[in-house]
Amino acid sequence: MTDIDARAAMHLSDASVSVELETQGMTLNIGPQHPSTHGVLRLVAKVEGERVMSVQPVIGYMHRGYEKLTEVRTYAQITALVNRIDWVSGFANEIPWIRAVEKLMEIEVPERAQWIRLILTEMTRISSHLLFMSSYPLELGAATPLMYALREREYVMDLIEGLTGGRFHPNFNRVGGVKPAAGGGSTQKKVSQDLPAGFFQGTREAMDRIDSVMDELDELVTGNEMVRARTIGVGVIPPEKAIEFGLSGPNARASGIDFDLRRDGEPYLPYDQVDFDVITEQTGDSFARYLVRKEEIRQAVRIVRQGIDNIKPGPLQAKVPRVLKVPKGQTYVRTENPKGEMGFYLISEGGRIPYRVKIRSASFCNLSILSWILEGALVPDLVAIMGSLDFVLGDVDR
Amino acid sequence: MNFWLELVVKTVLVLILVVLPVALVVIFGELKISAHIQSRIGPYFAGGRFGWAQPLADGAKFIQKEDLIPAGADNPVFRFAPYVVLMGTFATFVVIPFGPDLAAENLDVGIFFLLAVSSLSTLGVLMAGWSSANKYSLIGGLRAAAQLIAYELPLVLAALAVVIQAGTLSLSGIVEAQANMEIFGLGIHLPYVLTGQILSFIIFTIAALAELSRIPFDMPIAESELTMGYLTEYSGLRFTMFFLGEYAAMISLAAVASTLFLGGYYLPGLSGDALKVAGPFILLGKTLILCFVFIWMRWSWPRLREDQLQSLAWKWLIPLALVNIVVISIFKVVL
Repeated sequence: MTDIDARAAMHLSDASVSVELETQGMTLNIGPQHPSTHGVLRLVAKVEGERVMSVQPVIGYMHRGYEKLTEVRTYAQITALVNRIDWVSGFANEIPWIRAVEKLMEIEVPERAQWIRLILTEMTRISSHLLFMSSYPLELGAATPLMYALREREYVMDLIEGLTGGRFHPNFNRVGGVKPAAGGGSTQKKVSQDLPAGFFQGTREAMDRIDSVMDELDELVTGNEMVRARTIGVGVIPPEKAIEFGLSGPNARASGIDFDLRRDGEPYLPYDQVDFDVITEQTGDSFARYLVRKEEIRQAVRIVRQGIDNIKPGPLQAKVPRVLKVPKGQTYVRTENPKGEMGFYLISEGGRIPYRVKIRSASFCNLSILSWILEGALVPDLVAIMGSLDFVLGDVDR
Repeated sequence: MNFWLELVVKTVLVLILVVLPVALVVIFGELKISAHIQSRIGPYFAGGRFGWAQPLADGAKFIQKEDLIPAGADNPVFRFAPYVVLMGTFATFVVIPFGPDLAAENLDVGIFFLLAVSSLSTLGVLMAGWSSANKYSLIGGLRAAAQLIAYELPLVLAALAVVIQAGTLSLSGIVEAQANMEIFGLGIHLPYVLTGQILSFIIFTIAALAELSRIPFDMPIAESELTMGYLTEYSGLRFTMFFLGEYAAMISLAAVASTLFLGGYYLPGLSGDALKVAGPFILLGKTLILCFVFIWMRWSWPRLREDQLQSLAWKWLIPLALVNIVVISIFKVVL
């Protein structure tokens, strides 16, 4: 470039400065401590005014090293760990893990234990989705649905606590079945080998309550003009993008992907004996994701009711050796968790401790779409989209 | 007496006698009403019964908090901003008539003065957002400024329709016009909201909600996106001032809406000395009813987006308000 050119360029740049106001982009650091990041997610957002130009999610603030921990824990101890991966649906996390161990050990689980697992998994789904139903309107600015949904969620949590002893971390599954009721020492084995009295009756009542609160929330949230204005057409995920980013669960089904591991996957609980619909929506926007979760609560209520009708007396636990030794081999088990597909890739070299466990968690993959979907969104939409993906940071970081 | 001294004395008197007690009542109402909407009990123990002392206890707690000023803050502006917000809000009370001949200052251009000074508090919000040295605060402050441009026009145009019908800018004059208005010679004197101003009332209420930055228009605060918007860095007494200013503004706008549309201190059937005694209470009752509506909306609805407010204001409220003015003017000329 010659001298003259450089001078001309300088003049040109001067001219452009004087003619148009140049604005400078701003880096907005959202999180790790922020009201709507569901924990410790950090988003480094480049914004111009209200427009988000790019987003870089930063994760790992919750990393607890569970995959490494599994290499120094026995199989029974790991059940307590996997509870804490997605802490709002603790029981559902146990299923793929226990199932993987049982598959390698070739243990046949008694039918009653299978049904109890199914009922509790669906109750966990209800509680997880009710948490979404409460937190999502809050992110849009409505504070009242939070109280309504959490109030009913408490009934489900109470039932889970009454049955398992833990509200969030049931640790209820045993290899070969489920844990008998509390207080069951060797002397009381006969009387305590079943669920606490009144559990099924209480569950039925809780399901009725949840049906009625869903009607209430329909009126308060679903039909609300402003919720629709904030969510319809916001954060649209086309089906091919959903598949590209590995979305699963309600997020994928809201984009029109008719896939549910309860129906389409390798059978893992007696889902083939209950009647339920797989909810899909075609639009793929935030409102569709809201609708899918809302309807899944109703379907879960349906499944729980059928589970209670179908359950028969029987043993809770199969015959399992006192010291759990898993034969050499590897397996991958995936289940439909409230947040999406959860999988455990388990490698055993024999012995009491797994060789390696790889955890595929739903929220991690669902979160991976953030930087694509938030590009060009507005700052308020950032919260609306992030909330609609419904991830839990414990599930992301593990 | 010196004009300025008189004004200061009157303002302080109105503040102590009216604004602070009513603000406490409305804050308590917000606590209780929101609790009942959310199927909670709300404050229960403070003060012995019903938790009536909860706003006082909250205020006492706020005052004890550390007064933080961020290191990068523009110190004088940061300190001054809460006073600007309060000043703009409190100044509106000077012209509100609480009864016949019962206003701190019965200005001939009362409504003009009122609309002018009530926009001042947005300046304070912008100052707070700018000086906090916080990006959330900055966005919140800029949103407040954008909101000012959007809602101030419909607010003024809706008030203008009333001014046209009443033929005066004085707030007392507007109330008297409502008290003296005869429709079809029936001998009943109804407030403006029932005599052709229903559209202005709706527009005014929506715009007032936006001016108050309350849900569904609380984008400048938007705690789920901007943590607390322009309030993020404020704590202690300064936060209390913003808090008080918010409720004082709510009462002020509710009182203005009552005065313009609901007949102010006037109640059909009352006149003379009875009106003089009951006037302040009638205005207070109407104000509190409107405050209840504001609280009710806040706890039932989510928040809109900034661009949605802009399109609501520019595509709906302003054209409607203009059409409204034309219609009211025609009626004024014909009838």
